[in-house]
Amino acid sequence: MLEVCGISVRYGAVRAVTDLSLSVAEGEIVALIGSNGAGKSTTLNAISGIVPLSGGSIRFAGEKLDGLPPHEVVRRGICQSPEGRRVFGSMSVAENLEMGGYTLAGKGAVREGMERAFALFPRLAERRSQLARTLSGGEQQMLAMARALISSPRLLLLDEPSMGLAPQLVEKVFETIVTINRQGTTILLVEQNAGMALEIAGRASVLETGSVVLSGPASDLARDPQVQRAYLGI
Amino acid sequence: MILQQLVNGVALGCTYALIALGYTMVYGIISLINFAHGEIFMAGAFAGLLLVAYGKLNLFLALAGAMLVSVLLGIGVEFVAYRPLRRASRLSALISAIGVSIFLSTLAMLLFGANARGFPEGTFPSRQIDIFGAQISSLQLLIIVTAGVLMLALELVVKKTRIGKAMRAASEDYTAAALMGINVNLVVTFTFALGSALAAAGGVLVGVLFNAVSFNMGLHAGIKAFAAAVLGGIGSIPGAVLGGIVLGVAEISGVALGYSSWRDAIAFAILVLVLLVRPTGLLGKRIDRKV
Ligand SMILES: Nc1ncnc2c1ncn2[C@@H]1O[C@H](COP(=O)(O)OP(=O)(O)OP(=O)(O)O)[C@@H](O)[C@H]1O
Ligand SMILES: [Mg+2]
Repeated sequence: MLEVCGISVRYGAVRAVTDLSLSVAEGEIVALIGSNGAGKSTTLNAISGIVPLSGGSIRFAGEKLDGLPPHEVVRRGICQSPEGRRVFGSMSVAENLEMGGYTLAGKGAVREGMERAFALFPRLAERRSQLARTLSGGEQQMLAMARALISSPRLLLLDEPSMGLAPQLVEKVFETIVTINRQGTTILLVEQNAGMALEIAGRASVLETGSVVLSGPASDLARDPQVQRAYLGI
Repeated sequence: MILQQLVNGVALGCTYALIALGYTMVYGIISLINFAHGEIFMAGAFAGLLLVAYGKLNLFLALAGAMLVSVLLGIGVEFVAYRPLRRASRLSALISAIGVSIFLSTLAMLLFGANARGFPEGTFPSRQIDIFGAQISSLQLLIIVTAGVLMLALELVVKKTRIGKAMRAASEDYTAAALMGINVNLVVTFTFALGSALAAAGGVLVGVLFNAVSFNMGLHAGIKAFAAAVLGGIGSIPGAVLGGIVLGVAEISGVALGYSSWRDAIAFAILVLVLLVRPTGLLGKRIDRKV
């Protein structure tokens, strides 16, 4: 469904991603792991059209994606929940969700999307008129994920959804990701928490200084001694 | 007497606020000090003047026409001078803005001459109205009411409409807004349009109030309004309104107390004092993570 072919991204003189390839098939959860500064967020932002490519190409459902502005990428069915949540703090929960449904035609579709989100995250329903900045960290993460789901994307890009959350909440977030996937959304997951990510993913790639150094079935990677040493702390 | 000066100050402050809103909204979204904004205000004043003098329109139709002219001009300036520099450094965009500002004021001088022009006699009946013993001029009422209506309209657009909410989202987090599928370029265009419309209204009102429209009126008013935007907290819409009114009232109080030659110094002294105590301005938020 998603084909990332040999992309490179640079910020001025800094090469953040070099000749990186990966693919995601319909229905999968693919994990992208790697240490700080490996280029994980940059890869997601390249897919979302936030940063321009300096080489390579990206295709989605047979169509060329690179060169499109971010809102056109969302229209084609890819939505990203960015690193650090980035909810709109001075807007209410409902308004945040409305923004998530910006590409939808008509208020009916937005309302439907919201009902689905509230079914998945009941806590948000109680807080729909609360300002996003007054939510707890966990609630903000739920809002960030819900917001990215309103437009019913075919592919959901998640950038470190477990960042900064207490262990029980981390568990809950990963459970929710599996639920979202079971309901039919394909997922590309970027995580620092490699252990949990490899548990729920079907396939995974390991990123080091902007390139994929290992990839394969997640269960194989979880058993790989190199991965265990570098990312699983075993 | 005090009431009278207060009304005076509020009316002047309303004109600053109308211009300040454009600075603050644009800054809120793309972190650019739109140096050419004062010239958009000047262009609006000229458009209004020409529509009244040659188009024979009444003041309110001319006001609407002037707003339209400035909207087109503002969108054009953004498209030609700022959009190509969106990924360039902020300094490049600022220099481009200064260039546009000089270009527009010089163009206006070539087209309309170096002397100030007045509105035709009787464009708006100037009368003194007695309210609670204070002598209020009908022009001041015109300014306060018109500005009030426009600001309320702005509030409705920003709070209730889809594009207005997108504006708030983009101003809070430009990248996150783009990731949600908001066409941020369109939001920028819309923001320039809104700001330019308000500035044009300010231009026509100032032109009528002082009965003078000139090629360099944008520089002076622009600096004052920019100070108002910073005073209120740049990026904050209510801040721009508050900042404008505070500056207007302070300025008129200074004049009333006999310090009229210190008029501009008063405005900037207040600005400096407030920024010393509150670096983000009266209603400004923390400045963080602007991409
Ligand atoms: N806007 C930017 N300007 C310049 N360099 C950047 C920018 N964003 C990222 N980089 C650099 O690109 C490299 C990759 O960054 P990226 O954010 O993609 O890493 P990451 O794998 O997501 O790291 P983390 O786990 O810390 O989020 C880093 O060296 C970073 O310093
Ligand atoms: Mg990252």
